[in-house]
Amino acid sequence: MNTIRQNLPRIDALFPYVGTVLLILGGSYFFPQILGIEYLAQQLQIAAFLGVLALGATIVILLGHIDLSVPWVLGGAAIISTSLAGSGDPAFIVAAIPMALLFGALVGVINGVGVAILRIPSMVWTLAVNSMLLGVAVLNTGGFNPKGEASVTMTWLATGNLAGFPVAFLVWMTVTGIMALILKRSAFGRYLSAIGYNEKATFLSGVSTPSVIFAAFAIAGLCSALGGIMLAGYANQAYQSMGDPFLLPTIAAVVIGGTSILGGRGSLIGTVGGVLFITLLTSILSVMQISDAWRNIIFGVIIISMLLLQTLRRKGN
Amino acid sequence: MRNLLKANQREAIAILVLAVLLTLYLTTHPTGANTYVVTIWANQCLILALAAIAQFFAVIVRGIDLSVGAVMALTNCVASYLVIGSGLDMAFGIAAVLAVGVACGLFNGALVVFGRIQPIVATLATASLFTGLALLLRPTPGGRIDYDLADAFTLDVLGIPTALIIAAAVIGLFWVPLRRTGLGLGLYAVGSSEQAAFQSGMPVPVIRLASFAMGGLFAGLAGLYFSFVTTTGDAGIGPNYTLNSIAAVVLGGVALRGGVGTLTGAMAGAFILKTIGSLMFFSGLPPLAQPFIEGLILAGAIAIGGAGVLRVKNRLEVFGK
Repeated sequence: MNTIRQNLPRIDALFPYVGTVLLILGGSYFFPQILGIEYLAQQLQIAAFLGVLALGATIVILLGHIDLSVPWVLGGAAIISTSLAGSGDPAFIVAAIPMALLFGALVGVINGVGVAILRIPSMVWTLAVNSMLLGVAVLNTGGFNPKGEASVTMTWLATGNLAGFPVAFLVWMTVTGIMALILKRSAFGRYLSAIGYNEKATFLSGVSTPSVIFAAFAIAGLCSALGGIMLAGYANQAYQSMGDPFLLPTIAAVVIGGTSILGGRGSLIGTVGGVLFITLLTSILSVMQISDAWRNIIFGVIIISMLLLQTLRRKGN
Repeated sequence: MRNLLKANQREAIAILVLAVLLTLYLTTHPTGANTYVVTIWANQCLILALAAIAQFFAVIVRGIDLSVGAVMALTNCVASYLVIGSGLDMAFGIAAVLAVGVACGLFNGALVVFGRIQPIVATLATASLFTGLALLLRPTPGGRIDYDLADAFTLDVLGIPTALIIAAAVIGLFWVPLRRTGLGLGLYAVGSSEQAAFQSGMPVPVIRLASFAMGGLFAGLAGLYFSFVTTTGDAGIGPNYTLNSIAAVVLGGVALRGGVGTLTGAMAGAFILKTIGSLMFFSGLPPLAQPFIEGLILAGAIAIGGAGVLRVKNRLEVFGK
């Protein structure tokens, strides 16, 4: 029984992978080209954008919070990086990516202050931060699509190829590896789940819970910013509300990966699977060329069935 | 009187803020305060207020409903087909629209109660489903609502905007009686402590289901009222209202951890949020700065609400239950 308990997250994390394989097999029945290397490599590249965002979201959700400021941290990072890179000044071009990342971390800390110090529910505070960022962006760009372009590095990060793999995918995997190491090996990783389970008990054990919350939100901000940089590199520009379509799929990917929305329990491996599943599902639905309406309906129904399957399995244990 | 104020401190503050904002709005409005201006304002506020009530019923039992906007969009699209024709047709149409709302709410509730999925995740998925259904009905905005009926609900009666009368009726004829029933008490009991409510022999699953059904009903009412104001069906109205309804209940003093707050507060929060938006419109601020100021005010209002924790003497109290 004990071993089953310990293995629970791992079984949960396997779910989306099984789903992904089923999707590929099912999809290839109708569209044989899905099994092609080219198509699958392209999916890995596209999945990387959602994947990087979902890593940050996993950290925050493990903590028992949620980050709704993803869209405009992503948008802001894209605007900052493209306008620096498009300025033509070599120094600015070099600074484009670091500045955008710094911006993401900074917003993350602002999120953390509201949540950890003012004790405002993260769902509301990050929402307010998001709308302020939107305001700043509109004020700066005048409501038009911001000028600027992606630097060579940004384009390479998003669309390049290295040893047969899309660079975007490799970046995603590298970040996943680093984060998995942090979660498994460092005290921070353990504190994160501990706060997710019971913040009061963690605080009473002598952990400085506010600093853990700051760090977690800063990491999430960094991930959102990285997603923004890569997306800007992919589109060679930043555009208004480029982050909006990513918010809910990010949360869905994390949850499908077996991470509890209440915090404490979950895994990065599961999130990676969730991202692959959602990316493939979206892609296959658009390959099928069905209307927007049916795409929404099928998406909703499949997510609901995945969640129901998970609870059914847990009951079975 | 003092006890009454103390018991409803959160609502009292919210209503006071609303009064100040409304006075500001009416004095800065270029045409001054007249029935027309107040009616337009009240109509916009009531749509969000009904959405906020839908959110309130999810939040009070310690949940959150991300499908409020989607249910509004779906009911709005249904209304654009059915609320037209003879008197009887329209009566059936309205009943059907509200039934769709309740059905959506019950579906959410069933996923949460029987499927044991967390409300935030379940409604995230159903929002996609409901939006899809709405798009199926209206791929592009269109359809029509009976103009006479729409006018009857969106103009004024003897100089008082109908929207305000509806708002008062919702509080006086629905909320006050409900609060005195076992169900009304049960909402707070389940929201405060599900375990304690269960151990006191309360039918927790029934209360949760009822709460989601009422949430669906009010999301349906919000969609219906939206139809009266715009007299057309549009499947794309959802996302804005979902997020604003959450902000509105928090502004109105409803605690996201459940069990604290009232329907009146949620409505006041919605009125405040919309009034801030309208105030911006006529304030003479540069239009491009308005979204930023709006966000700043929202964040400020929420931060002030949260600043109470800075005065807490025992660090342990801030962690709550």
